Amino acid sequence: MVPPLLEVPPVFEVKDLSCRRGGRPVFDRLSFGLGAGELLALTGRNGSGKTSLLRALAGLTPPEAGTISWRGVDVAGDPETWRGRLAWLGHLEGLKGDLTVVENLLIAERLRGGEAGDRLDGALLAFDLTGLAVREVRTLSAGQRRRTALARVVLSQAPLWLLDEPLNALDAPAQAAFRTALQTHLAAGGLAIAATHAELGIEGAQRLDLRGGGLRDEP
Amino acid sequence: MSGFTTLLARDLRLVLRRPGDVGVVLAFFVVATVLFPLGIGPETNVLARIAAGVLWCAALFAALLSLERLFAADYEDGTLDLLLLAPWPLELAALAKCLAHWIVTGLPLSLLAPVLGIAFGLDGPSLLALGATLLVGTPTLSLIGGLAAALTLGARKSGALLALLALPLCVPTLIFGAGAIETLAAGDGIVTHVAILAALALVALATTPWAIAAALRQAGE
Repeated sequence: MVPPLLEVPPVFEVKDLSCRRGGRPVFDRLSFGLGAGELLALTGRNGSGKTSLLRALAGLTPPEAGTISWRGVDVAGDPETWRGRLAWLGHLEGLKGDLTVVENLLIAERLRGGEAGDRLDGALLAFDLTGLAVREVRTLSAGQRRRTALARVVLSQAPLWLLDEPLNALDAPAQAAFRTALQTHLAAGGLAIAATHAELGIEGAQRLDLRGGGLRDEP
Repeated sequence: MSGFTTLLARDLRLVLRRPGDVGVVLAFFVVATVLFPLGIGPETNVLARIAAGVLWCAALFAALLSLERLFAADYEDGTLDLLLLAPWPLELAALAKCLAHWIVTGLPLSLLAPVLGIAFGLDGPSLLALGATLLVGTPTLSLIGGLAAALTLGARKSGALLALLALPLCVPTLIFGAGAIETLAAGDGIVTHVAILAALALVALATTPWAIAAALRQAGE
């Protein structure tokens, strides 16, 4: 007799999450789960609520209803620990123009309560930033700033990446570098949720179309 | 290095990269203060009588000048999101930002004011008292101003709104700060005034970081 397969509970689970902005519902009773090494691509038209969902997951916007749990524990009970598990990349890069690339990365990591240490060189190398390390961020192009912000995400070693349009302003080599970094993160058991208009190009990624509301595998 | 000291060091480093921002504040303080002796004339008795009020008001306005950018810069470049998502209390981040503001404005204003007081004909003890009251009182201006800056974050004409919110709340500090010099001129000690200024600063320290954090969370939604 074949024993029943054990159902592995998701590491990250969202149940019945609802959000309203300006009195208008952005998404209603949204539920999904992600296991270790899984990527969820959030798709949908402009204004469909991708950014609002990411901000709600991060705790930046309080949801109207629903729960977000990590390994079965509601994250609302310990928001500081929850924030420590996240790496955030928003529409804005979150970089100080008057600081250098390295200063921005080191300070961001210290603000997360960590120390970059030897990992700094790897993060710079991953996004071809070594030659720009001591350049002030305000002198960089939009793509170079995006690469710096992505290096900050990699440096964080956070188990869950929340990324809003990560491919914005990136050229082909930088997109490839991002995919490599993301695959490495997923292979190590990390999770990622990315709002995107472009194909992320990661095999096995799930997709949540905020117009449709249902999870499906990315084609 | 803790998140608090990292943020404090970051903000001080940013000021060092753009010293002109602080220079403008200090230049405004000097120009606004020097206009009074030029406008009123060399009546030493009159100038000495109004000196404390003028210098305290000018210090308050100068401090407000730089407060508008206290959180607005972080809001505009996205670093406010990183502070909101940092795994340590946002209240400490608010406190670090206000402390950085005081170090680069309140402290130099307190040191500069006695020098400008000479132009008003203040005597030695009055100059020392002026510096002392500003040292104890300006942290309150940074904390209350920080609250007003957080509450007006993202609002149109936030500078005017900030002044409208912060100025009335700063009146007690202004009254006891300027009043100390008048008390000294009347031959009494200023200990009571300094103690009240310190108490006001402690009340601000105990309340504003929580209010600032709440306002920042609201702005970040």
